[in-house]
Amino acid sequence: MENTITQIVYLISAVLFVSGIKLLSSPATARSGNARASLAMLLAIVVTLLDHEILNWTTVLAAMAAGAVIGGLLARYIEMTAMPQLVAVFNGFGGGASAAVAAAEFVRAGGSSPSLGVDVGVTIVLSTLIGAVTFSGSLIAFGKLQGIVTGKPVTFPLQKTFNGLLFLLTLLVGASLAHVAVADAVAPLVGMGGLEISGPFFLTLVVAALILGVLLVIPIGGADMPVVVSLLNSYSGIAAATTGFVLNNYILIIAGSLVGAAGLILTQLMCKAMNRSLGNVAFGAFGTEGPTAKAKTGERPVRDVDAEQAAMVLAYAGSVAVVPGYGLAVAQAQHELKKVCDLLEDRGVTVRFGVHPVAGRMPGHMNVLLAEADVSYDKLLDLDDINAEFDSTDVVLIVGANDVVNPAARDPDSVIAGMPILDVDKARTVIVMKRSLSPGFAGIDNDLFYMDNTLMFFGDARDQMTELVKEVREA
Amino acid sequence: MGELLILLYIFVLATLAGREVISKVPPTLHTPLMSGANAISGIAIIGALMVTAAAGQLWVKVLGTAGIVMATINVVGGFMVTDRMLQMFRKR
Repeated sequence: MENTITQIVYLISAVLFVSGIKLLSSPATARSGNARASLAMLLAIVVTLLDHEILNWTTVLAAMAAGAVIGGLLARYIEMTAMPQLVAVFNGFGGGASAAVAAAEFVRAGGSSPSLGVDVGVTIVLSTLIGAVTFSGSLIAFGKLQGIVTGKPVTFPLQKTFNGLLFLLTLLVGASLAHVAVADAVAPLVGMGGLEISGPFFLTLVVAALILGVLLVIPIGGADMPVVVSLLNSYSGIAAATTGFVLNNYILIIAGSLVGAAGLILTQLMCKAMNRSLGNVAFGAFGTEGPTAKAKTGERPVRDVDAEQAAMVLAYAGSVAVVPGYGLAVAQAQHELKKVCDLLEDRGVTVRFGVHPVAGRMPGHMNVLLAEADVSYDKLLDLDDINAEFDSTDVVLIVGANDVVNPAARDPDSVIAGMPILDVDKARTVIVMKRSLSPGFAGIDNDLFYMDNTLMFFGDARDQMTELVKEVREA
Repeated sequence: MGELLILLYIFVLATLAGREVISKVPPTLHTPLMSGANAISGIAIIGALMVTAAAGQLWVKVLGTAGIVMATINVVGGFMVTDRMLQMFRKR
């Protein structure tokens, strides 16, 4: 246990973490909240460095400098559209760090279970397990978001059974590492003595946990990524907290559990926004029925418009509501969209934005993109607020969104039944800017496209938005 | 009261405190909240520093150093990118 001054600084740092997160809850104070949390981190790091007799100054400082340069460059130059994969990769490193610390403690403790004691043994095992799952799971999530790994759910026969067995294996190996009695019982089965199993078993634990992380994320479809990213975020916090148990360190536990709670709350919010349970997201492999549903598209007539016609409809409207989706992010069309909105506002049109909680690939992704394009945040309305307005809205402009505006959600037989949607069909006219009629991640057709008051404006969101800027200017 | 029990108390109370302060964040700020929280999970850096500080054995040193690098990327990158996002949230 560290000395009193260190403990008091940790306490101050804990208070700063909590109040920093509190300040993050309002756009006006969020920036100072983030600054406060980073100050808390700095205090904790400095006091830790001063408190311990550092034998490896060069190594420690070089490692910190390397990490700071890599992290700083990534943070500085990443595109806002790539934010979900950046958060995923940072998250993976957080989990990886926790697992590395737990592994280091395991080696330092002599690498054999009897010398650990049950409580330390259990926490080392948990911290390694959660940290390693977070690490490999986050890297797969990164791969999916970046397009390196397919965004479609990857499934194989008996997947759940295999995952279950793998999890049982980690539990058994973990229990053998944590408790002498279990070790003595299990060791003869693999032809070893109770003391010999520690090394190989610990390696087994790490490898099994890494595979488990991959297998837990790989069957999850692209549309469910907001849930996965927030769940993994929660795991990385819990991993840090368990590492705190290993090292008897309060600040690790406090900061870790704050993050664990944050991730869990966001995960619940995301699940609610999709009207699905966490279990359904984790094991549902949503969207696999896509191909059969796809066959239906294109049989029914749609009304399509070009940029000039769309511009006319928008320019002569009294009120416009814009509904952005992932397509906006892919096309990087947020700046052009902002120009269109500015031109409309100059003409006296009321413009607002309706943002669905799961639009994009992480919670609040659309809000960040629109903020980047300089859209004032008080014009961004959330689901309930904008739904109350559609009745009195002249034109809804949907940019690259699909499932979140699909009226099929009201049909109890649909796969997306009960998912809260934006009721855009209540507006007088709906313009859908989209590349094609192809279904969204849910893999189902969208009746909205075939309605009488819907105009389809096909094409790449960025090109079409640039055209729209020109046409609205001339309208 | 045993040390483990004290740690458990801290864990549970901090989780509850986290839940209370976080449940009121508006959807607009979900991404910055997540990336800020993510940066905080880099607190594992404290653990990495502790184990590396006095490391004698090679493997402890290697694992500890890897932990420091990963956690520092998480902390520095996380806080910086959160700040970059938040400075764009302006009301006009």
